[in-house]
Amino acid sequence: MQLTAREERMLSGAEGEAVRWALEMQVAVGKVFGARNMVPVTSAHMMGDMEVMGDPGHALLERLAEGGARTRVPTTTNARCVDFAAAERLLQPAAMVAKEAELIGFLRRMGVMITDTCINYQTLYQPHMGEHVAWGDTGTVIYANSVLGARSNFESGPAALAAGLTGVTPNYGFHLDEQRRGTALVEVTATLADLADWGALGAAVGRWLNDYWQVPVFDGPRRTPTADELKHLGASLASYGSLAMFHMVGVTPEARTLADAFGGAAPRTRLTIDDAAIEAVYASYPPDREEIDLVVLTGPQLSVFELRAVAERLAGRKVHGNTQLIVTTNAQNREAAARLGYVGAIEDAGGLVLSGVCFYLMAPGEMRRRFGWRNVLTNSAKLANIIGGYRYHPILRRTPVCIEAAVAGRLAA
Amino acid sequence: MSGPVLRGPAGFGPVVEGEALVSADAFSPRYDLDRDTGVISRKGHAIEGESLAGRILVTPAAKGGVAAGWALYDMQARGIAPKAFVFRTTNPVFVQGCVLAGIGIMDRLEPDPVATLRTGDWIRVDPEAGTVTVLRRARAPVTPNGRRADGRQSG
Repeated sequence: MQLTAREERMLSGAEGEAVRWALEMQVAVGKVFGARNMVPVTSAHMMGDMEVMGDPGHALLERLAEGGARTRVPTTTNARCVDFAAAERLLQPAAMVAKEAELIGFLRRMGVMITDTCINYQTLYQPHMGEHVAWGDTGTVIYANSVLGARSNFESGPAALAAGLTGVTPNYGFHLDEQRRGTALVEVTATLADLADWGALGAAVGRWLNDYWQVPVFDGPRRTPTADELKHLGASLASYGSLAMFHMVGVTPEARTLADAFGGAAPRTRLTIDDAAIEAVYASYPPDREEIDLVVLTGPQLSVFELRAVAERLAGRKVHGNTQLIVTTNAQNREAAARLGYVGAIEDAGGLVLSGVCFYLMAPGEMRRRFGWRNVLTNSAKLANIIGGYRYHPILRRTPVCIEAAVAGRLAA
Repeated sequence: MSGPVLRGPAGFGPVVEGEALVSADAFSPRYDLDRDTGVISRKGHAIEGESLAGRILVTPAAKGGVAAGWALYDMQARGIAPKAFVFRTTNPVFVQGCVLAGIGIMDRLEPDPVATLRTGDWIRVDPEAGTVTVLRRARAPVTPNGRRADGRQSG
């Protein structure tokens, strides 16, 4: 790999042990993917979730912080595992809550901005076309690549932190023009009315392609999608298919036309998604029984628009006594939604509006055991895909169905 | 008796030998694994109930998100990580996770490792050389009716 004089200096340890460690790791990753050089990034967005890193990751971050590691480009954090205001009510283990607080301290010392959001692209920073970034949480990466035209690979927690410390990332994959061209054509005739339908579209296509190096091109949605719809589509594609980029003809910036999206090449494969294909995704998440233990709107965190829709449907009503309703967003959106009366409406109805977290990061297996929850109803295809690993029975349905079930305590047949 | 040699681009990590655990399904440490025990916990997964600890996981693809970045380091420290990963196609997250944890990883091998290797094969993974060598073939599992459980022709 061709390194600059500055990078050679970093690798020699002249800029500190943390920087040497970070760049050495990045070079090793770059070599596997045939990167010729490193590329400067303007920001890093990292997943620092206690739930996955465990004690060893925690200790590593402590060593880095104590060794004087310091980020050199703005480095923000993804959703975390604990909303300190609600941890007790949710019976989250005290040891985990304490460790999360320590972890935040380590990251702060390194200059990491504790933003706790998986919708940084909606609330913090919107990179422009062609801007190189090093983002983690796959939903943020696919949105940046596809909708904004920025450039990032999936950068997991330690990789994004490494980029924050060095200011560069290996130049391969979605940093390069040739990887960004469409490979598969998806003709969409489905109606796609609800947010969950966009997630279901992502699920159908993700299950079909399931390959990081493929780039689906959507042609045909008959109306212009909203940012929240593209957010659910992207999060779901990334979750089901490990996909990092899509094009939508006439919608996303590198797909003004079909030919533009494919860079002149022909699609390698094609698929049509009609209403039946969307219904088949819902049918793959059948209810285990009528009673619903838990309704969760999360994954990704909700926008102010989404919070408004939930508040309007719940206003003046009550969530059923046997059902828990949990909604997650970030601090900025919770603040705005509180000012607009939406948080009040949801909480008066008995729902919980959590800040800075995403449900699947909150040690959900532990909460399931402590509350005796068995099933979870959600409008997030991404959550439905993940939560089975924690032994919940996931049920994916459209947003109004989820909210009505929270009120009724059961899912209408 | 040595079996086939699979070849591909250089991967990452040390040379290791171990038992292959072959999964027809893609893998994610967040979606599919009980990370306390290192056992595949997702209902209906092709290798549900199998432990990854000390084995070499052979799988078609990396599934889902960024969790592997931290999770492999955690598993390695607790002694429940696999010795290496052999993917048909991997993604950056898995390579980042393996580099942090010091676990070997290879992909894009010919012939296809998922079709060629069998659970129980004793294999040698040499990431720098870009080779996976079958050192000893597993005896094919046989069902009570005399058919092989992996669906291949006997003999």
